[in-house]
Amino acid sequence: MTATDTTPEARKASGTPLLEVKDLTVRFPTYDGLVQAVSDLSYTVEAGTTLGIVGESGSGKSVSSMAVLGLHDTRSAQISGSIKFNGQEIIGMSENDMRKLRGNEVAMVFQDPLTALHPFYSIGKQIIEGYRIHNNVSKKQARARAIEMLGLVGIPQPQTRVDDFPHQFSGGMRQRAMIAMSLVNNPDLIICDEPTTALDVTVQAQILDLLQKLQREFNSAIIMITHDLGVIAEIADEVLVMYGGRAVEYGVTREVLTRPEMPYTWGLLSSVPDVAGISDVLVPIPGTPPSLLNPPTGCSFHPRCTFVSQVPDNLCVTTLPVLERSSTGSSEHLSRCHLRDPAAIYETEIAPIVAPDRTESPA
Amino acid sequence: MNTAAPGLPADQPEEVSGSPSQAELLDLEAALAARPEFQPHKAPELDPTVKPILTVENLKMYFPVKSSGLIRRTIGQVQAVDGVSFEVPTGGSLGLVGESGCGKSTMGRLITRLYKPTSGRIEFDGTDLAPLSTRELKPYRSDVQMIFQDPYSSLNPRHTVGTIVGAPLVIHDVVPKKQVLTRVQELLEVVGLNPEHYNRYPNEFSGGQRQRIGIARALALQPKLMVADEPVSALDVSIQAQVVNLLQDLQREFGIAFLFIAHDLSIVRHFCPEVAVMYLGKIVEIGDRDSIYGHSYHPYTQALLSAVPDVKQAAIGGRRERIMLEGDVPSPINPPSGCHFRTRCPIAREICAKHEPPLLQVGKRHKVACHFPGELGKHPVEPLTSRLLGVDDDGNPDPGGSPDASLVTKPGYDDTWFDLDTKTFGRA
Amino acid sequence: MFGFILRRLIAAVVVLILTSFLTFTLFYKGPTNPAAALCQERGRCTAEKQEALETSMGFNDGLMTNYGRFVGGLFKDRTISQGATYTCDAPCLGISFRTKTEVSKDLLTYYPATLSLAIGGGLLYLLIGVPLGVLAARFRGTVFDKVLVGGALVIGSIPYYVFALTAWIFLTLQTSIFPTTQYVPITEDPTQWFLGLLLPWLILGITGAPTYARYARGQMLEAMGEDYIRSGKAKGLTQRKLLFKHSLRVAIVPIVTIFGLDFAALLSGTIFTESIFGINGIGQWTLTSLRAPTDFPILTATILIFAVFVILGNLVVDLLYAVLDPRVRLT
Ligand SMILES: Nc1ncnc2c1ncn2[C@@H]1O[C@H](COP(=O)(O)OP(=O)(O)OP(=O)(O)O)[C@@H](O)[C@H]1O
Ligand SMILES: Nc1ncnc2c1ncn2[C@@H]1O[C@H](COP(=O)(O)OP(=O)(O)OP(=O)(O)O)[C@@H](O)[C@H]1O
Ligand code: SF4
Ligand SMILES: [Mg+2]
Ligand SMILES: [Mg+2]
Repeated sequence: MTATDTTPEARKASGTPLLEVKDLTVRFPTYDGLVQAVSDLSYTVEAGTTLGIVGESGSGKSVSSMAVLGLHDTRSAQISGSIKFNGQEIIGMSENDMRKLRGNEVAMVFQDPLTALHPFYSIGKQIIEGYRIHNNVSKKQARARAIEMLGLVGIPQPQTRVDDFPHQFSGGMRQRAMIAMSLVNNPDLIICDEPTTALDVTVQAQILDLLQKLQREFNSAIIMITHDLGVIAEIADEVLVMYGGRAVEYGVTREVLTRPEMPYTWGLLSSVPDVAGISDVLVPIPGTPPSLLNPPTGCSFHPRCTFVSQVPDNLCVTTLPVLERSSTGSSEHLSRCHLRDPAAIYETEIAPIVAPDRTESPA
Repeated sequence: MNTAAPGLPADQPEEVSGSPSQAELLDLEAALAARPEFQPHKAPELDPTVKPILTVENLKMYFPVKSSGLIRRTIGQVQAVDGVSFEVPTGGSLGLVGESGCGKSTMGRLITRLYKPTSGRIEFDGTDLAPLSTRELKPYRSDVQMIFQDPYSSLNPRHTVGTIVGAPLVIHDVVPKKQVLTRVQELLEVVGLNPEHYNRYPNEFSGGQRQRIGIARALALQPKLMVADEPVSALDVSIQAQVVNLLQDLQREFGIAFLFIAHDLSIVRHFCPEVAVMYLGKIVEIGDRDSIYGHSYHPYTQALLSAVPDVKQAAIGGRRERIMLEGDVPSPINPPSGCHFRTRCPIAREICAKHEPPLLQVGKRHKVACHFPGELGKHPVEPLTSRLLGVDDDGNPDPGGSPDASLVTKPGYDDTWFDLDTKTFGRA
Repeated sequence: MFGFILRRLIAAVVVLILTSFLTFTLFYKGPTNPAAALCQERGRCTAEKQEALETSMGFNDGLMTNYGRFVGGLFKDRTISQGATYTCDAPCLGISFRTKTEVSKDLLTYYPATLSLAIGGGLLYLLIGVPLGVLAARFRGTVFDKVLVGGALVIGSIPYYVFALTAWIFLTLQTSIFPTTQYVPITEDPTQWFLGLLLPWLILGITGAPTYARYARGQMLEAMGEDYIRSGKAKGLTQRKLLFKHSLRVAIVPIVTIFGLDFAALLSGTIFTESIFGINGIGQWTLTSLRAPTDFPILTATILIFAVFVILGNLVVDLLYAVLDPRVRLT
């Protein structure tokens, strides 16, 4: 935030996005072999927008976003590709420079707020610590800032609760405190790794509200990792669907969720019942997630995909499809599938299950 | 086939979509995995004529809270379950939803009699299980089984799958020793696991497969009632649907009744024709699927439902209108007076602090515990319960009024109910 | 907190009563007869003489009466007849059979040596062990880590007395690299006190530290894998702060627990160290009391001291736990 050419205004003028991830590949050598946690992942996030990342457990959501903060141990992770934040390359950056970025320009909110907060330090102390790393202020000023942040995220009586320990907070309050801690330095980008998975729906709604309110206030960009398509639908501008460490569908949320083109996304949509009861049929995806040690050949979804036979020449098994705009799709929407006309298949076979209301009266 | 799911067209894809390619899709699916639970499953319907297998009446479970100091006195009670009544129909399923800590798991543990209730009745198939001793319970243990939430910690990692699934068979001596293995393999097959894998250990299975092992173990004794405590919460979405469909197949095949505990309202909607909503140890609303999800009358149910993020919102953009609840659930040690929900209720008034609202039947199969029951945005201005409670609209004693004797909360439903429009008891 | 301490103290007193009573019972019902030994000591023991001695020592008054006298002596002066008559000031732990001195006074004489040894040795357990463990965790998998873990194993497998004896022979007896080991009270000459105990301290520390290093390494690795350390890193904390502040803060809690018990053991006397290095502490004192004829008053006293330290150690550990871990509320 110091160099003049990386101010948001300058960036906008030059057209560089806030975050640009290109061909990110993360591998972990282990005793059992090489874990291909993330492969050739590319995406961009603009200032003030929200990118949602969905996918099942082990699909590489956390690993890819932790790479943005340089949180992987370089001795145990092999990382390649490029991650540009504000035009600066993050991969290969010195630990010292990286530390100046962490918590200051890019912050992270973790899934389980009980384990993500240090149990032996008070909430206030942890926020103050985060503030003072990046700002040369007195303890007193930092404390005032911590109280202000706690108030901002809706903790009642922040002046007294600031000295409480994490275990004295409820789950929802802890997550609020975690958000306060992440936002204390007004970061440009907040990575939320399943921030509401451990919370009740009513509290989840409060937290999502809070994040959106703060996003508007500070114009921060958010990467929202979740496995709940509903959350994505409600708060993400763009969505990235991950499967087996790769992006399999990527685009504007409205496009991806109303006209999905990839059988895995179809499966995700059809395997969750909806609370409004518009579609009361449940079609699971058969099989189990792929091994990252021995990923399937070709399309990594092919062992579970029910459309393999509709693609000629056994392509699904032999060739990895490219993440690209489908022949019938829009430019705001990329997918990784060999199917010729996914739109037609979706309309006739999937939409009747997942969105019967829409087939009756096309939007 | 039993009565719980009459004429369920689960394996008739034509019902879902008339398009010719649909049939092809399902053929393929069958070829890939010849498992019925991978096919589209519709939500089962309610059959109101069947008799209940389980009747719970005014059930209470209070855990003592000890004081600090030299002598540890009991200074309070966690009112985990506080006067709950409901029925589960034979071969049917009742869903139990509510926020963390509202007493759902405690409820499940009471029904499986892992806890002895403080008071109340648990009538299973004509016998009250509540007062029975451990020894007296033994014959009933096989009839009521539990499936646990965590597929990782609920299986002993040092036992093979065969030992785990076979243990209840051996303990209850249901089949001769020699046939245990055969039966175990049958059970594994039923839940969609390879019967040859009986010799493997739990850590060699994925989460979804482990949950299947847990289900096979619960099935071993051919229970009449299964208490499923968040059976799919720990699983990935794509695997959740597999397990839910498996449970649905088992229910249909063996006529097992379910008490299905979950906090995921969509899954409960799909699985259970009847649903009870709990808040701080009490049922605040209970009814058939349509009453709860279609036109709930309790502000808590309404808030809960409106908080669920909806995929369909993608087409509209932005977030759904919702009723925001302030703060967190209060402590069950000192629950608020009157209506437990009043501290977070958007429509609470004076009477709510003074009187606990009775669980009033307001429809054919619909009961609600609120002084101001009504559809969202149409809650009445005057409390509907004041006359029944014999108080005025602010909850102060009404010299002319007296509490209605019919307010005792019973399990099940009556033929007459309180009509919200006419404010009188009657039939529809 | 107060209620907790009170409850624990009451429990401690109960345990002490039980321990002392048990020791006492052994003393009385045991196979050796102290009167016989005393009698022989004074030459030409006849049956009558022994009989008279037994009566005067109160052996015929029954177990409970004697125990009562012993407990009473803790609070007020008493006279003890043991062949001759001795006065014993409160708190009285009896009169040594062998030296005829008051056990409690002897205790005061011997104890400072043991205390000095324990404090230095205990400190070195921590000062050597914990930093090595932390560094091994930090550089996990490197040569340093492997050398450390291996070295700890080697040291751990050498019997303590072999180690101590070898060190004494080579480092003081033959080469005089270290000054002669001895105990000089710190009030008398602080320098001599330090020099005389230096080698015993180091030997205690070096042999005890590997356990702590291994334990600290394990605890640190566990702590470093916690989510909140990752959160700290994501905040931009330096590696040093993450290690020595956030991780160590958590890892130190279980270390304190085992240290509390180890330290209690040190305080109750280190028999080998004291004998090998010729330091007159309560360890040696206990050892001599065991030589036939067994000096029961001393033995009873040392067993009680041991019980007191174990109990106190536990209590202190629990209290420290509450101070270190805010999640533990002692109620
Ligand atoms: N340090 C590591 N060493 C080896 N493998 C790792 C390491 N970190 C992650 N992995 C593996 O990388 C894969 C991707 O993990 P990741 O945590 O990104 O999944 P995720 O999509 O976030 O899943 P979840 O929804 O469960 O959080 C997993 O298979 C995981 O086991
Ligand atoms: N054995 C126990 N002793 C004391 N209190 C208990 C005990 N078991 C449960 N409770 C308390 O009773 C209340 C209800 O707990 P329960 O586990 O039934 O909630 P739940 O609805 O299952 O929540 P979740 O969704 O988090 O599983 C909680 O406040 C809990 O702390
Ligand atoms: S590429 Fe083939 S296997 Fe992969 S999703 Fe598309 S149709 Fe299915
Ligand atoms: Mg993750
Ligand atoms: Mg529970």
